Amino acid sequence: MNTLRTMLWPAVRHILLIAGALVLLAPFIWMISTASKPPEEVFSSELHLIPHHFALWDNLKIAFAKANLWRFLLNGVIVTVSIFVLQVLISLPAAYALAKLRFLGRDTLFALVLFGILIPPQATAIPVFLLLHKLGLLDSYAALVLPFTISVFGIFLMRQFFKSVPDDLVDAARMDGISEFGIVWRVMLPAAIPAVTAFGIFSVVAHWNDYFWPLIVLNSEQLRTPPLAVAHFRNNEAGTNYGPLMAAAMVIIAPLLIAFLLAQRRFIEGITLTGIK
Amino acid sequence: MPSACGSGPLSDAATIDTAAVAAPAARASLRKRDQRALTAYGLVAPAFTLMLLMLLGPLASVIALSFTDYQLGAPAFSWIGLANYQDMFADRVFWISLRNTLTYVVIVVPGAVTLGLAIALLIESGASLRGLYRTIYFLPVMATLIAMAVVWEFMLHPQFGLVNGLLRGAGLPAFSWLQDRSTALYALCAIGIWQAVGFNMVLFLAGLVSIPKQLYEAAEIDGAASAWARFRLVTWPMLAPVTTFVIVISGIRSFQVFDTVHILTKGGPSKSSEVLIHTMYTEGFEFFRSGYGAALTVVFLVFVLLLTLIKARLADRGVQTA
Repeated sequence: MNTLRTMLWPAVRHILLIAGALVLLAPFIWMISTASKPPEEVFSSELHLIPHHFALWDNLKIAFAKANLWRFLLNGVIVTVSIFVLQVLISLPAAYALAKLRFLGRDTLFALVLFGILIPPQATAIPVFLLLHKLGLLDSYAALVLPFTISVFGIFLMRQFFKSVPDDLVDAARMDGISEFGIVWRVMLPAAIPAVTAFGIFSVVAHWNDYFWPLIVLNSEQLRTPPLAVAHFRNNEAGTNYGPLMAAAMVIIAPLLIAFLLAQRRFIEGITLTGIK
Repeated sequence: MPSACGSGPLSDAATIDTAAVAAPAARASLRKRDQRALTAYGLVAPAFTLMLLMLLGPLASVIALSFTDYQLGAPAFSWIGLANYQDMFADRVFWISLRNTLTYVVIVVPGAVTLGLAIALLIESGASLRGLYRTIYFLPVMATLIAMAVVWEFMLHPQFGLVNGLLRGAGLPAFSWLQDRSTALYALCAIGIWQAVGFNMVLFLAGLVSIPKQLYEAAEIDGAASAWARFRLVTWPMLAPVTTFVIVISGIRSFQVFDTVHILTKGGPSKSSEVLIHTMYTEGFEFFRSGYGAALTVVFLVFVLLLTLIKARLADRGVQTA
């Protein structure tokens, strides 16, 4: 009985996992299938996965013609890269000071960082919106980037990492006449590349996928980020053009999914950082 | 403050260098320490200026705003005490919204945690194709939720959708999921679970790997022959801290549900899928009733901070994930 079970188990495991995977992948499969169908096949009550007439190319062409998808993808890149670069520029020096330097008020500042991690982003939305309104910055790249240039989570993460960098390394750099500011970039940053990469993936994925904030601060079509672009495409075409809509959805999720498939381990590491957050 | 952050580090670096060359060793090291403290302030200044401006200041403001009648564009505002809160507690929509949010949390958290654990256990119970399964189950976490919500909307299409097609094929009744007030919230819950399962799975996988293998051997010697006995005696108790952690994280994330609601139902039909953050968005950013929106934010904050404090407690006890 027991041996039969141990012999059968691998097969049962695969059957269960494949069944689960099919359910989880269903939206992706359905998206690709619909994006490949001409309208008459989309609007048919008879279910079929493989299109009789393959129309993916046509649907993509319609999607790119109806919405300036290249522009929106470019906006996504501009915004996520700007946010990440500024986050690193601002949080690394602070993290270094909190980890390796002694100064009055250090513990208070670190406590504030820990407190800041507890604040969910939606909580500060109204005042930050009013502030950007006062500064006349609404509906601009600055409105998309500025509120996220400070990442208390990034400071916390890098500070923890810097703690594990040996003091000897820092002292040796000081002996060589490197300034404290230089140490951050020439000694600490190279040592922290794995942590910075994980944080980068976390940051880019979060802001590429963010819908809430761009929805609040943007008006202009040419500034739209990828999620806003899909949302507008859907609102304009709902009920009429599912093929091109699914094609547009594919285009929007493709960059991150491809990057994920190429570097899964790093991505899973980066995303699960939110677990600590 | 802001001017110091621009010039501080560079000029400090220059003085440290000249001091090291010119002054006697002892005095130089003392001065160096002072300089280093000064440099430290230069290094933290940009981060903490921004933190005050974008995080702590706004947090204080949102609480202050909730006691005012401020509206965007209004020439003046006044302190109105607890009036926003009184309005809120007297508003039927607020209570519907709160009840829906809690319903969403109470369905999505157990669903996503149980399924995440089950998948992690299944993957760990064999050696082959682990990496492939992990990748597949993680895909929904990576995919832009708004894009996938649009796909889900078409899957749930009353007439041409996959879900109703399959139901009809099996001879079961079909629904107009997102357009029906008795199913809309549950359809959103299903999407929420679909999206969160992979994330929880990865946290559980990390937890499972860290359970020492000897414990299973010891349990087997003690007569725990069946897989169920091993799970009950070793896996479940050893995984308890991770499980609690995953539950709290799922809870916090579920409280923040917004994207799917905003794009698919706008809280409808007839408020049946209205949730807290969506109500806050509507009041604060569509009607620009900033004061009232702030009061809603404060309620949301209280719930999330409660959950976060539980999590922080757990983290203090040394619970580690990932």
